[in-house]
Amino acid sequence: MGEILIPVLVLSVIAIVCAVILTLSAIFFSVPTDETTEKIRECLPGANCGACGYSGCDGYAAALGSKKETRTNLCTPGADKAAAEIAAVLGVQAEDVVEKIAYVACSGTCDIVQKRFDYQGHKSCLTANLNYSGDRLCTYACLGYGDCAKVCPQDAIDIVDGIAKVNTSKCIGCGICAKACPNHIIHIINQTSKVTVSCSNHDKGAVTRKACTVGCIACGKCVKTCPKGAISLVDNLATIDYEKCTGCGACVEACPVKCIKNVVIDCGK
Amino acid sequence: MKELILILMGGVLINNYVLQQTIGICPFLGVSKKTNQAVGMGIAVTFVMLFATLATHPIYTYILAPFKLEYLQIIVFILVIAALVQFVEIVLKKFIPSLHKSLGVYLPLITTNCAVLGVVLNNITDGFNFIQSIFSSLGVGLGFLLSMVLFAGVRSRMENCPSPKCFKGVPITLIAASIVAIAFIGFGGVVENLIG
Repeated sequence: MGEILIPVLVLSVIAIVCAVILTLSAIFFSVPTDETTEKIRECLPGANCGACGYSGCDGYAAALGSKKETRTNLCTPGADKAAAEIAAVLGVQAEDVVEKIAYVACSGTCDIVQKRFDYQGHKSCLTANLNYSGDRLCTYACLGYGDCAKVCPQDAIDIVDGIAKVNTSKCIGCGICAKACPNHIIHIINQTSKVTVSCSNHDKGAVTRKACTVGCIACGKCVKTCPKGAISLVDNLATIDYEKCTGCGACVEACPVKCIKNVVIDCGK
Repeated sequence: MKELILILMGGVLINNYVLQQTIGICPFLGVSKKTNQAVGMGIAVTFVMLFATLATHPIYTYILAPFKLEYLQIIVFILVIAALVQFVEIVLKKFIPSLHKSLGVYLPLITTNCAVLGVVLNNITDGFNFIQSIFSSLGVGLGFLLSMVLFAGVRSRMENCPSPKCFKGVPITLIAASIVAIAFIGFGGVVENLIG
């Protein structure tokens, strides 16, 4: 009898002691968590993309919960739904989220921008860019090794014909790709934007023309055409002021190299 | 003192749990993709091994051995280690939140990881006393950390190398692990001669 009883007793006693210690420690060492913060955290999508400017969803929820942050509309992936839910939790007026999207300001595909040399190094934009600013004739161009595609949390970027292409139905506008691009040619624009300049070349017109047939040659036609005066030439590159732009499309018609384009956004977002 | 150093170095190099005894392969292959994760996991394992030895050695000596219940050691050790890890996690969350945040993901993963269980069982089988056990588990933990960090470096290099298509992914990782393990055989006769 003792052969069975003693082991059972010993094991039970050890188990009970462990259980008691754990229960007591859970009571005494419990960390008080803010209920509002947890509720807000549940409203957020959990992508931890950092588009809101905080370290992740937890950071944003904590900031909102502790009233350090009052803007409920910073979460672009969660869009209006998350903003409305957060506002409901906090009991404030819901504000619309300005939905954003990544845009690659280069249209120099493989057949348009020629290569200066045969780059055989590590297949990454960062290293390619360190090597004489990449292998393309245009040094402002998309390098096409897909650093942006690698960091994209949504797999929304593909390299098509040697340049990055954003899948607008997948893009959540977090801006991680914009930070990864060594040439800084990915811009985060509002989804409401109608037209964009698909070129980042700051060279003079003639130099640009030699490297790429679809690059902005800084002719200034768009500047003159725009009825609202929303376009200006900054460093030999047409730049659109989205505050003034109405999306009339006159510049798209006027551009001789067709580097100003209408923004096409897939529905289903 | 010399004996303790030998036990420590033996745990780190000669009896390296992952590379020589093939215990604890799961975290070794699973969490060695990035160096910082590997370091986190290695430190968490070392930490838990030390605490597990501190808890299980007295239990064995003062409870199991007098009652002649040595055959219960595996189940008792699993129970105690699991409870201990939970306890450590609660305490860390309360008092050192930053450490909890960096180790937190790994702690539940290694609750009764076979390397942790292996080291406490081996301490008993090898007949180590309390102090020797502590040094042994510290050595094994450090050895685990060392192999994790080494292998994370190997893996990050491998990511950038064009390996044949049929070897991509897991196969080349296993081959690399075996090569690193072969390298560790070389430590076999070295440590005793170095110190002795």
